[in-house]
Parts: sequence; C-alpha cells; structure tokens
Amino acid sequence: MNWIIAPENILQEDRQRVGGKGFALALLVKGGFKVPKTFCVTSDTYHEYVSQTGLRERILLELNRKSFKDMRWEEIWDCATRIRNLFLRKSIPFEIEKELKEIIEAQFKGKSVVVRSSAPDEDAASASFAGLHESYVNIKGADKILDHLRKVWASLWSDAALLYRQEIGLDVKKSSMAVVIQEIIVGDKSGVAFSKSPNDDSQGIVESVYGLNQGLVDGAVEPDRWIMGRGNRTVISHTPAERTHRMIPDKSGVQRATLPDEVANRPPLNAQEVIRVFKLALNAEGFFKSPQDLEWTIQKKDLYVLQSRPITTLSSQKKDDSRSWYLSLHRSFENLKALRKKIENELIPGMIAEAERLAEVFLTELPDKQLAAEIDRRWEINQKWTNIYWEEFIPFAHGVRLFGQIYNDAMRPEDPYEFLDLLTRTEMASLERNQMLGDLAEMVRKNPSLAKDLAAGQYAGLDSQFLEAVDRFIEKFGDLTCAVTGGTQCEQTSDSLYKILLEMAAHPPTKTGQRKSGAKARLKEKFLNAFEGEQKKQAAELLDLGRSSYQLRDDDNIYLGRIEAHLLAAVREARQRMDDYQAGRIQQKIADELIQVVENLDHRPQFQSPYKQQPGDGFVIQPRQLIGQPAGPGLAKGPARVIQKTADLSEFKHGEILICDAVDPNMTFVIPLAAGVIERRGGMLIHGAIIAREYGLPCVTGIPDATFLIENGDEVTVDGYLGIVTIGSSDLRGNAKATGNGPLGIHSAKEKIES
Amino acid sequence: MESTEEVRSRLRDLCISQKLAVVSTQSGGQPYASLVAFVASDDLRHIFFVTARTTRKFAYLTKDSRVAVLINSSTNEESDFHDAVSITVIGTAEEISGPERENVVELYLSKHPYLEDFAHSPSCALIKVTTKSYYMVQNFQNVMELHVD
Repeated sequence: MNWIIAPENILQEDRQRVGGKGFALALLVKGGFKVPKTFCVTSDTYHEYVSQTGLRERILLELNRKSFKDMRWEEIWDCATRIRNLFLRKSIPFEIEKELKEIIEAQFKGKSVVVRSSAPDEDAASASFAGLHESYVNIKGADKILDHLRKVWASLWSDAALLYRQEIGLDVKKSSMAVVIQEIIVGDKSGVAFSKSPNDDSQGIVESVYGLNQGLVDGAVEPDRWIMGRGNRTVISHTPAERTHRMIPDKSGVQRATLPDEVANRPPLNAQEVIRVFKLALNAEGFFKSPQDLEWTIQKKDLYVLQSRPITTLSSQKKDDSRSWYLSLHRSFENLKALRKKIENELIPGMIAEAERLAEVFLTELPDKQLAAEIDRRWEINQKWTNIYWEEFIPFAHGVRLFGQIYNDAMRPEDPYEFLDLLTRTEMASLERNQMLGDLAEMVRKNPSLAKDLAAGQYAGLDSQFLEAVDRFIEKFGDLTCAVTGGTQCEQTSDSLYKILLEMAAHPPTKTGQRKSGAKARLKEKFLNAFEGEQKKQAAELLDLGRSSYQLRDDDNIYLGRIEAHLLAAVREARQRMDDYQAGRIQQKIADELIQVVENLDHRPQFQSPYKQQPGDGFVIQPRQLIGQPAGPGLAKGPARVIQKTADLSEFKHGEILICDAVDPNMTFVIPLAAGVIERRGGMLIHGAIIAREYGLPCVTGIPDATFLIENGDEVTVDGYLGIVTIGSSDLRGNAKATGNGPLGIHSAKEKIES
Repeated sequence: MESTEEVRSRLRDLCISQKLAVVSTQSGGQPYASLVAFVASDDLRHIFFVTARTTRKFAYLTKDSRVAVLINSSTNEESDFHDAVSITVIGTAEEISGPERENVVELYLSKHPYLEDFAHSPSCALIKVTTKSYYMVQNFQNVMELHVD
C-alpha cells in the first residue's frame, strides 16, 4: 500500500484517495504549472491509522452517545474536543510511520512545509469544505510534520465540520481525509484569484497581500482587490487596502508582523503582475474546464500556484452561508481580546452602575402610575442587558474553548478537560456568594437556639448579628428564590434562605475542590514551558484570557440577575398593593395602568416546559440507564431532587442529586449540599458543570429527558466518568461488604468515590 | 470425533473471532441475560468482561457468582442454522484488581481498543469468569462438552 504518493504518480482512479485538493495539484503538476514540491498522504493512510488504533470505533461511539439532533452545539464541541484529543494521543503505527518518515525526510529535508487537508468529498461542486478543515503552515522536520498530519486528520471531526456534514447530509461513517504536504514558498506577495466573479460573469477578481497568503485566507490581513475584465484581461477597478500588516514565518508557524513603511504605501502587485496572476487563473480555468479559485504566491520573479479549486456554483453558495456561520463559531485570539476589553471596561461596569441606579429608586414611595412606568422602564432595561448578554457575553465563552485547544495541542493530556484546572478557583461571584452562605450556616451551626427559632419559624427575636449578616447577603445576592430568566416567582420572605441555611448547618461545611494550589502552579509552569520566546508570551496571554472568559461564564449571570431582581422587586411591590387592596388593607383603588402592566407581564411568551408529561398509551417507560455527557468525574448515589421551579430549591436536602433543566448561576448555592448533578442541557462549560467541578462533584449533562423521566426521591446514581445516570437501586459497592466475604471484592469503587 | 485439542482450537477460534457474548446471571431465581464485550484467555480458563458497577448484572454477580456465557457466530442469516457455532460456558465470576487487572485490561484493550475510556473508568469493574465447562453446538444440534479441570 502506498501511504504517500508524488503528484506525477497520481492516476485518475486515485482521485478519492488523494482528495480534491491533492488531485487538482497532481493535474496542475502534470499540466506544467509551477507548483511547489508536493506529496499526498492518501486516505488509505487515514483509514489504516484509525483502524489499527481503534479510533474508528471510538469516534463512532463518541458521535453516537446520543442522537446528533438532540445535541446542543456545546455538546458537539465537547465531542469534537474529545475526538481531537484521541488523535493527539494516538501515535501512527510503526510500519506506516516508518514509510512516511523515509519519504518526508528524503523529499523535505531541512525545508518548511504546509500540511493541508484534502478530504475526498472536499471541493466537490456540491459542497465546499473550504476553511472547515485545518491547515498548518511552516512546519519543519519529519516528526513535526507527522504530528501535524494527525491534527489535520482530527479536524475532520471538528464541531464545524461535523455540523456542516450533518447539514448537507453526508454520512460521517464514510468520512476520511487525505493530506497534502507542500514545500512552503515564502512569497514576497501572495493572494487569491477568481477566474470568474461570482457576481458578474464578464469579470474576474484578484486579491493580494504582502507576505504569505495565510493572512488573507483567515481574514487577519486586508487585501488589495482588483476587478478584472475577462474579455480584454485588463484591470476594471482597484480597491486598495489599508496596508498595515503581513504574515511571515516565525520559528514554528506564522506571525502577523507590521508592514515596513516603504512598502505599505504601494500595492503588493504592479499592473503587469496583476494581469500575470489573472492570466494564470484563466489558464487554470481552461485547463480544468471550469472557473477556478486559485491561491498563488510570487517569490522574486516566480509565480507559483499553491492550490486551485472550482468556484462553487450559485446554488451551493446558499449552503456556503451556513458554512460561514459554522466558521464563525470559532473566534480568533485578537477578536476575543477586543471583546474582553469591551466587557471588562464597558459592559460589566455598565451593568453594575445600572443596578446601582435602579437601587436608588424607592419603590414604596412611587404613586401607582409612576410605579407602572417604572416597571416598564425596568423591563426595557432588563431586556437591553439580556440582549447584550447574548450578543457579547456568550461569544466571549469562546475564550475558554480557544485556550482548551491550545492547551491540549501542547500538552496532550489524558483528560481532555485538564485545562479547566488552570481556569478554576478564580474569584467567581457565585463562589463568593456560597462562601457567605457558608458563613451564615456556620452561625446557625454554632447557635442551637438560633437554629431552633429558624426551624420553628419564629423570626421575631432572631439574633441581630445574624440578621445583619442576612441583610448584607440579600443586598448583595438577592433572596435566592429569583431565577435569572423568566422569573416572576420570587418569594417575599426569607423562608427559603433560612431553610437552606438550616440544611447546611445540619451537616459539616463543604469545601470547594481539594486540588492543591501547588499542583495548579506546577501545571501552569508545565504548560508555559511547552512554548518558547514570543509564543510563551502569547500562551500566558491566552491563559489570562481563558481565565477571564471562564470567570465571566458565571459572573455575567450574577450581574444580570441583580438587574432582573430590581425588575422583580418593582413587580412585587405592585402585586403587594393589589393584594392589600383586595384584602381591604388599603382603601384607595389601584390605578388601571398598574394592573395592566402586571397583567401584561404574566402574558409574556413562555418557553416550552421541559417538564412535560408523557402521553399515556398503556405502556409505561421506566428509565434505567440514561446516557449523557461526562462533565465532572466521580461516582455518587442519592435520592433525586428534581427542580421544576426555583422555589423547589429551598427543599433541597444534603446528599441529594440535583436534577434540573440547567443550573442557573443564581441557583448554584445548593451545590455544596448536593452529592451529584444531572442537567438536561449538555456541555462541559455550562455553569452547572463548572461549579460541580469546583466542588469536585460527579456531574452528567445533556440528558434531555432527565427532568421528566426522573422523579423526586428516585434513587439515582451519577457516573461522571462515563456520563451515565442509573435510576433505581444499584449496588455501587456490591454486597460483598455487607455480607462479609462475597466473591466480588469492592476495592476500587468506594475508595474512588471518596478519593 | 474431534480430538480435545481440535475442540479447544475451535473454541479458541470462536472466542477470538467474536467480540460480543451474552452473560447470564440470576437474582431470586430469575435469570437475567446481558450483552458484553469480552476477551478469553488463550488457555480458555478465563473469560473477561468489563461492566459498569451500576448495572443489574454487576449487582446480581455480587450476590451469586455463578454465570453462564453464550458466544456464537450467527449473523442473522438462514445459513446460521447449519453454519453457526455456538458455545455456552459455565463458570464463576469475580472482580479483579491490582496488577492482575492491569494485565487483563491490556489484553482486553488489544481486542477492544475503542473501549479504553470504559475499561479504565473507576466506575467500571473488570470481571473474570473462571470457566468450568464449555458446551459447543454446531451443525444445528451437534453438542460437544469440554470440561476444565
């Protein structure tokens, strides 16, 4: 079997084996075009690798954990992360590696190469995978090249590629990948050329930047653009770029460098060069007998074709729209840095200031009409910040993802979520809140008469120091019964808070994760030491960005929750007045405006309840084992507490398993009481999973039926290692211990549970 | 009639070619059958499989270590009736740990490399079935027994 082939040896029947890109390059070489030295690693190599290492079935197991349509994008990202890590950790089998290495060393000794994806279904007229699979530029040495070969293979399973394949109906079982290894030509200027414009059949397009065309392709460097006439092959118009940067090779990879002043003033191509490039594109069109999208570079006088592919037709451009959406799922480091600045300097302070301004209005003093207007105003304000939350804060979560990928690439850890250990234990607001709750519980624990009064509901003579601390808590974090989204369920008393405090006080205090800080420092050092020079600095910056992104995953909701609490306070005041009037406690009739505004709030559109009942048709489905995503390692058993509404949280008992739609950051206060967490929503980076990890609790996410298949009090076992939830009695330890000397010793389970 | 060595060799071939087996346990006299991914030792004295500790079969094994294991080569075709080979194994099950577990996990993963996470999960137990007898059925109704001393 040929694992790697030279273009001149590629035959018509090899088309699928070398992929679209590889096949086009082979044709170009044979057609006499100037192409940098290229070799193709065939898709047979990919197949052999995934078969011999067992990855083929592991990938399919991963992808079939649950129905693809039931997976949220975050779960797909998790899935892709786990698959990518499998590729990073599995070496190429020795025999294959030996042959690849021999040829790579002989052909590319001392030279830098580009390692590009060339999927067999790629570049076909019906689907464009451009940009969905990865390419790596400036890789040197056989070992490094083979390392990047695996990364390109892994990109076949990226979240974006998976979603796109799903959308256009390709069977993932048939997916495979060929890879092109091409000598890098460090061009003085590079670009793309379309032999025919997608907008006007009589025109073509040439785009160019200084340096490598990596910057143009991924949008980091703005190109000069020429519209060309196809008929007379002349320039119709030229749109100059604001030329500031170019991409150049650095030690291992590429970097964006400032453009020297002397070249920044003139376009990368002169008039003759533009025409030369355009003619090349037209030649390629003639050669392939279809309009071409060409990547090229000019080094000194030589013009090279780097790759050529058919321009996707108008009908497939429609599909391209969603492809670009999938591509936008991943944000660049630069983009995220800018977003962070905005969030930290502008949006968070803005939210805090907004909440403070709202706190200055004394609701009880407002006449009915003004209170009605105030509710409207607060509704608007809350909407505004909720929108900002979706548009700005949610995308910033990509900081964690970007860090995760860089960390895994550098460290290849056994646990693909090890990177979270470097992000956790930051000063999350919810942890601060839980600490304050813990302190309040400690006061109750140490003061039996206080506990007795609280339990009896006798609040009149409560300890003043305790009450002050409770007030401070409520002022800062609200009364614990308000949900962030859609909540008009706030209670008017502190009963819920007291119930939780009593429950916490009845048990020893809980600590967050027991990781030693020394281990974290060592992990950080190990991570940073995987880089050198400029890259090390960037890795440190990325870690910082990841931490900020991780922290905000939680804090943003707390801040948003404070604004919503002010809206709810105004609604509560209105309801109170209406109740008082009906009960005859006040005589003055309530203004119609106020009644109207409260009624309108009740008619807001509601999300479909995740707690729907099953239709009864004579058969009863009884769940036994449900599979979701492993989100916090560990194994725990306990009675289920299904949270249907926020107020249910106050019933939460120590040692119960928390089961909910999604752990809202404003409800994470019960986590210290919980033995394990199960969420309908999936993903490693959702709040519940993050907080569960902080407290070292087993957590399974992404079980869509959890809240209606499991009932309060059901015995539930959470297997956070494998992402499995078992309902009904299960004997974690076996009965061996109970009966003394059964054949099945229970060594590891219990120890592992407690370790 | 086939020699003992021939029967052993046939059993070994089937154990190598098949990835899945049915394990039967019981609780309170109620039999319970489960599908597992297995590997057999070369000498056929042991059959190994991995199970999550939260499963029924694990709970039942804990109470009664006697098991039956069915391994067969049927492919859901008519020809199975004359062609398929099936073996029923009886023996006793126990969970193994320590260095023995590590060695067996290696053997197990050489057959089922895709089950790496499952086999290594602390929530899963590696079960060793010490075989007592093999009952081999072929040509529809031809049954041979092999007893392990």
